[in-house]
Amino acid sequence: MNTEPIIQLIDIKKGFGPQQVLKGINLSIYEGKTTVIVGESGKGKSLIIKHILGLIKPDSGKVFVFGKDLNKMSGKELKEIRSYFGVLFQNAALFDSMTVFDNVALPLRERTRASEGDIAGIVNEKLKLMDLEGSNEKFPAQLSGGMRKRVGLARALVLNPRIVFFDEPTTGLDVAKSNEIYRVFFRTQTKLGYTAVIVSHDVPKIFKLADYVALLHDGIIQDCLPPEDFQTSDNPFIREFVEKTMGLIYESEEVEG
Amino acid sequence: MILLTLLEKSGELGLYYINQAGRMVIFLLHVIISTFKLPYYKVSNITKQIYIIGSLSIFVIVFTGAFTGMVLGLQGYNTLKKFGSEGLLGSAVALSLIRELGPVLAALMVTGRAGSAICAEIGIMRNSEQIDALECMAIDPHKYIMAPKFIATIFSMPLLTAIFNVVGIFGGYIVGVKLLGASEGSYFTSMYRDVEFQDVYMGFVKSLCFGLLIVWICAAKGFYVHYERTGGFGAEGVSRVTTYAVVLTSVSILVSDYFITSLLL
Repeated sequence: MNTEPIIQLIDIKKGFGPQQVLKGINLSIYEGKTTVIVGESGKGKSLIIKHILGLIKPDSGKVFVFGKDLNKMSGKELKEIRSYFGVLFQNAALFDSMTVFDNVALPLRERTRASEGDIAGIVNEKLKLMDLEGSNEKFPAQLSGGMRKRVGLARALVLNPRIVFFDEPTTGLDVAKSNEIYRVFFRTQTKLGYTAVIVSHDVPKIFKLADYVALLHDGIIQDCLPPEDFQTSDNPFIREFVEKTMGLIYESEEVEG
Repeated sequence: MILLTLLEKSGELGLYYINQAGRMVIFLLHVIISTFKLPYYKVSNITKQIYIIGSLSIFVIVFTGAFTGMVLGLQGYNTLKKFGSEGLLGSAVALSLIRELGPVLAALMVTGRAGSAICAEIGIMRNSEQIDALECMAIDPHKYIMAPKFIATIFSMPLLTAIFNVVGIFGGYIVGVKLLGASEGSYFTSMYRDVEFQDVYMGFVKSLCFGLLIVWICAAKGFYVHYERTGGFGAEGVSRVTTYAVVLTSVSILVSDYFITSLLL
């Protein structure tokens, strides 16, 4: 295993007005592994991803991607770095005035010189991988939540990215649909071998997929550990989180699966 | 204490507007630079925008143009008649349309029809993270979304203005000559005699400037909907910013009209 992290966040701080959301995030993400960020809703998990994507600038701290400081990059370099990224947004962020096919084809059309014939081949292959054959001409509004996420995933994977970000891939889906997303995720990662960063609430199911689990609590990453170690960690916040989410399944509202 | 809060509030407001203005200028520069950057556009992207912004505005332009010309014919005829100079009706209608009313009214109509649509579309794209998604795919939204709209609007405005003028002149002809009985010959001869290249040029420059204003303000307002002071989130945020963009564009058109006129006269 390559021991150099491909993404490294060092002491990231970010506040909005008087509210300090991130109070010094330190996190390393390793190539080919799946890192899951867990924590309470509305505490800045998605914000961490947006920092890595360069959509938001930190108040202080550094983000290194492939060893380069994201905030010192020129627009061109940032564009190049982003070309290695695939992102599945929380609400899929599909282009709602385009068909499913055009949505998935967009990165190919705008970023490569592939002919329409080649594009159709690649898009259909990705849609098949997501079990979405036959939905080519539908619009996002005509799809169910799970299908929309799969289209989003197909679009995120269409350029064979090296790192894929999943912002709550299963939130709002029922058990069967979220299992389906996990299966698609597992299948595509085995096939394409990308590094994955997942923000999720879906504990404990998500532990099955994770190589590392990081807990965000009180604006700080408490620890980033393999799932087995995470569940037996001595950190009081992690213990509390594990107990809360995995202990009383039938009384806990936070367990969706 | 009250004085301090007042000072603080007005300072905050001032900073907000300076920030907004700065963002708008940076936005414009971004779009201009990316417009000329390789790779070039798919023609279909631009023609689609010309269709949406230009072609679909033709009906409303013809309609308003006809009635503007007609009322000019009516007013002009009755006013000129007092001085016994009905013969000048043609040049009066044509000059007021070509120099002033054509560009301004056409621009106001396009603001209402296409400008609001541009602002709302981009605002919704911003709020549903579609613009973030584009950036993450390393597709520059300035180039992919904005530039075709800029090109289409700036290209369409002079043509729409020309249509407005021609239809208006015939509207004036129908009312002035056919209904009220001004002389047909002098309606057109006075027009040929008095309308000079300078007048058409002024109208052309105005329509270009207004086209830029419309697409710039409306697109930037939509693009920065999340920075709105009054809260730019959700459907309400988009509706508020769209209203604001239309008002701001209309006001800017009328204000800049004065300055362009004074510069070109």
